[in-house]
Amino acid sequence: MVDLRSAAVPPIGPTDHVRGSGPEAILYLDLGCPRCAAEWPMVKRLGLRLCVRHFPLAAKRPRSLALHAAAEAAALQRADGFWALWDSIYADHGHLDDPHLWERGRRLGLELTRFDADRRSEVVAARVQADFRGGIRAGVAGTPTAFIGGERIAGDLLASLESEVPL
Amino acid sequence: MIEPGTQAPEFTLPNQKGEPIALADFRGGKLVLCFYPNDFSPVCGDQLSVYQEVLPQIAEAGAELVGISTDGSWAHNAFRKQLGLQMTLLSDFHPKGEVTRAYGAYIEERGHPNRSLVLIDEAGVVRWVHESPTPLEIPGANLIFDALDAVSE
Repeated sequence: MVDLRSAAVPPIGPTDHVRGSGPEAILYLDLGCPRCAAEWPMVKRLGLRLCVRHFPLAAKRPRSLALHAAAEAAALQRADGFWALWDSIYADHGHLDDPHLWERGRRLGLELTRFDADRRSEVVAARVQADFRGGIRAGVAGTPTAFIGGERIAGDLLASLESEVPL
Repeated sequence: MIEPGTQAPEFTLPNQKGEPIALADFRGGKLVLCFYPNDFSPVCGDQLSVYQEVLPQIAEAGAELVGISTDGSWAHNAFRKQLGLQMTLLSDFHPKGEVTRAYGAYIEERGHPNRSLVLIDEAGVVRWVHESPTPLEIPGANLIFDALDAVSE
């Protein structure tokens, strides 16, 4: 049985997607979440070391799982594939169906047959699930949710993250 | 809020289809009652959407999670469809909030339930409760699994 009892948020590890430098922030985001999409352009410009984790609410947002799997599949072909697709999805939230993902993949120079196989693979699904379960155990109950120094931020995410950036 | 160790107050309430559902229908299994303020509110939507994603694991632990608010059955029906929810939603609509009051989860001045969780065991005894400090605070699903684990020991 999968253990979903309370646990501390997992520390940043080698399989995490991390970029930027500065104080560390771990973000649980849903690529299908409009609020995450609205805040992402501001959040990514903050002087923080950002670690993003998958938290797709699949029943509420039927495209979310496919979007998260696509980002992982892009990472398997290009070192910067994950972030390129991640940014692309949040930058244009109106085109999220499969043909739009193929077009995004084409623009990134991905080999599309492999991209399609990878994003439907069990390895990728397990990777997304692992993030989701870690979030559940750490008490994530909606997106966007951030952790700084292991503590979950309540309230205004952007304001809290901004306050972490050294002046 | 009702105290752990007490017998859970009996109820019969309509579900999202208007069918009567009684506490006794759940006897023999564990039941997690999730009192929430309002259908379609963003916070309640987040809460039930997160719980929806772990319904299989709740079932594996021998429990069923059921939502309760003072909204009517038609609203529950539409709310479930909007969020793709599969759990039963009970309507404490008439007399308004009577069952919620019996569990001590009603906020009189606001006219809706507080965000509260009640774990009832196979014998109908309340074993664990959680009341959010404010209706805006969502108890994570991890707390439900902690409680289910503690009760099964």
